[in-house]
Amino acid sequence: MRGKTRALIVAVIALEVFGNFFLSLGMRDVGRLVVLSPLPYLMALLNPWVAFGCTLLAGWIALHLVLLSRADLSYVLPVTAISYVFTALMGDVFLREAVSASRWLGVALITAGVMAVSRTRPRTTPRIRRGGLIHPASGAD
Amino acid sequence: MKWVLVGMIVVSNTVGDILCTYGMKRRGEVDDFRPTALGRLFAEISRDRYIIGGFVALAAGFFALMALLSIAELSFAIPATAASYVVETMLAKAILKERVNWVRWAGVSLVACGVALIAF
Repeated sequence: MRGKTRALIVAVIALEVFGNFFLSLGMRDVGRLVVLSPLPYLMALLNPWVAFGCTLLAGWIALHLVLLSRADLSYVLPVTAISYVFTALMGDVFLREAVSASRWLGVALITAGVMAVSRTRPRTTPRIRRGGLIHPASGAD
Repeated sequence: MKWVLVGMIVVSNTVGDILCTYGMKRRGEVDDFRPTALGRLFAEISRDRYIIGGFVALAAGFFALMALLSIAELSFAIPATAASYVVETMLAKAILKERVNWVRWAGVSLVACGVALIAF
């Protein structure tokens, strides 16, 4: 796999995991928030951990798009699911969340699935040219 | 009603991801990661009709998930939406012409089962 694609995958996973972690950390201070009005959600952004988490998640969305310009959707989607595993681990270690036995089994299945998908070639499609012309298979890795 | 929302979530996520992937593939591979180049890229992307359409679909899926979580348990919502992985892979093969070999299929199936289990 090419270096930039590999680096993007690591960055996308890290941004999602740490974004969710800091958002979760901050929302514990903010408290229960189940309302339709947008105002309390905007107020939650005043919490520095919530703001930091949201900034990381915005970066996650942006880099996810960049990654999709270089790799298959059917590769990116399962491979980035490893973030569930890291999120569960961080919740267990740092947030002291109870992680059930079936959740650990889910973590094991996701890990096995990601290992399988990561053995396939990240990009199998040729480059789509503007105007619909498809370039011969040279676009693939 | 629960299953209507599940259907909406799966369809919205799938349409959103397919549109975003098509939009980004259409632009060609992003290879310049300098801040000015990335700034220009995101300014262009924000006007791209495929990306805008994709984001509208993903936003609809997000609100449908919120609605589902208000009437159903997380342990129902997450396994039901884990079906997205399989549906999206089928459509990535059919529409985006990605080559999904058996190793990738096996991996996607394991991931979908794992995500389904994680909610319990």
